[in-house]
Amino acid sequence: MSVAQQRNALRRRLGAWAAQHGRSLTATLGQFRRSPGPSAMTAAVIGIALALPAGFLGILDNIESMTQPWRSGWQASLFLERDLATASQKELAARLDKRPEVATVERLSREQALAEFRRYSDFDRAVELLDENPLPPVLIVHPSTGLSPSATDELVAALDDHSEVERVRLDREWVERLHAMMALAERGVWLITALLGIAVILVVGNTIRLDIENRREEIVITKLLGGTDAFVRRPFLYSGLGYGISGGILATILVEAGRWILSPPVNRLASLYDSSFRLDGIGLSGAATLLAAGGLLGLLGSGLAVGRHLAAVEPA
Amino acid sequence: MITFDRVSKRYRAKEAVANISFHIGRGEMVFITGHSGAGKSSLLRLIPLLERPSGGSVAVSGVDLAELPRRRIPHLRRGIGITFQDHRLLGDRSVFDNVALPLLVAGIPYRETGRRVRAALDKVGLLNKESAEPITLSGGEQQRVGIARAVVTRPPILLADEPTGNLDPSLSTEIMHLFAQFSALGVTTVIATHDLPLVEQLGHRRITLQAGRVAVDTARYSR
Repeated sequence: MSVAQQRNALRRRLGAWAAQHGRSLTATLGQFRRSPGPSAMTAAVIGIALALPAGFLGILDNIESMTQPWRSGWQASLFLERDLATASQKELAARLDKRPEVATVERLSREQALAEFRRYSDFDRAVELLDENPLPPVLIVHPSTGLSPSATDELVAALDDHSEVERVRLDREWVERLHAMMALAERGVWLITALLGIAVILVVGNTIRLDIENRREEIVITKLLGGTDAFVRRPFLYSGLGYGISGGILATILVEAGRWILSPPVNRLASLYDSSFRLDGIGLSGAATLLAAGGLLGLLGSGLAVGRHLAAVEPA
Repeated sequence: MITFDRVSKRYRAKEAVANISFHIGRGEMVFITGHSGAGKSSLLRLIPLLERPSGGSVAVSGVDLAELPRRRIPHLRRGIGITFQDHRLLGDRSVFDNVALPLLVAGIPYRETGRRVRAALDKVGLLNKESAEPITLSGGEQQRVGIARAVVTRPPILLADEPTGNLDPSLSTEIMHLFAQFSALGVTTVIATHDLPLVEQLGHRRITLQAGRVAVDTARYSR
């Protein structure tokens, strides 16, 4: 066989393969059209099962982006050695200010610290009883915006490393708590996502199993006529894929509808807080992810059903 | 074309086919006769590997079926056209789609399908019924659709299980003549039937089974 002939033979086989897949696909679509009720029901169940975690994750994403500016809103108070000279304090403040992670450094001398203490506490009289100022000089460091948590930790460690610094205190606990809570919520949502994913696989698997039961005679005859396992399997796998992708499309519509319904009250709330916050949608990549997830789960469910039930249907 | 060598088939305790040997040549037309339960259907089922024999060996086109791996079974079946007493047509599809199914299974290009389906339907005289639903056809017509489906891929072997089971004599003769035509074209044709008068009248080779054994094989006498 010459190379050209081989290439032709290959092209013919590829063509036949593509044609068989095309026909399976057409047959599957035809089947959806013939029984739109049950097919739509299955797709709806998948759509809702996918929309729930997608919606939750979307809400978490929105909260995340809303709290992002606050995340770097923390400040670190550096308590310096009590007898550090003013010149050294200034020199240290200037040095810290040069770091790229640091936005501004505020310096409070011992006297200023005492004045602040007097202003904000009721220990006015108690302080007067002391013969000397007990407070150390303080540098208040504001980090630059958009610092990642790990970079923040590194910066704090670096600040602590300076010999003139006695102690570092961070006031960012509440942000950390918020993020810990969100991490917990996210973990929970992923757990629900996993369960719903399994539910989708089972729903598709059961639908395909019933489908196999209903088309038993057709499968038997196809095998009698010399249909290979792959040939018999193909339309069912396409059905599963179809259910999954339809479910994904429906889930996208549901999530976007939910955003449309929630947007006006969220905008009002944001305007009351003088915020320009807007609910973000799942976007094109989110929709693509939903479709792909739906398709994959559908394929998995139908694959399981086909693997378990199709082998049992043999000509007899 | 088809060789049985001391073949037996047991279902639990019951022996459906016992120690059967024969050879059917290319293009030969053979009737398998006997009472119901004599093992006719069991014998036919061994050829497309709907069952595997309990003992002995079956060879089709020189291939020992015992050595045929499971994944090659579809290819074996594509070379064998089969018709059934109860037709086994798909009720939710037109006559055309039923006859086209073997071509679809074999991956014949779509543009050839229409021509070959119509050729097969023309052969059995049902060209005008291609868009009918099988359920609307008479028993004889359904049997002929089944034959069209069996021959549409032009297989070298044709098996028919009680093709005239529920038909009146004139229709039965018509169906048998149809099979004789395919045999004349070189198709090896094996027909299981209990319609003895018709078989006598047609005068082809006859293998008579009795309790799973060969009682008469007319080919042996003529030799």
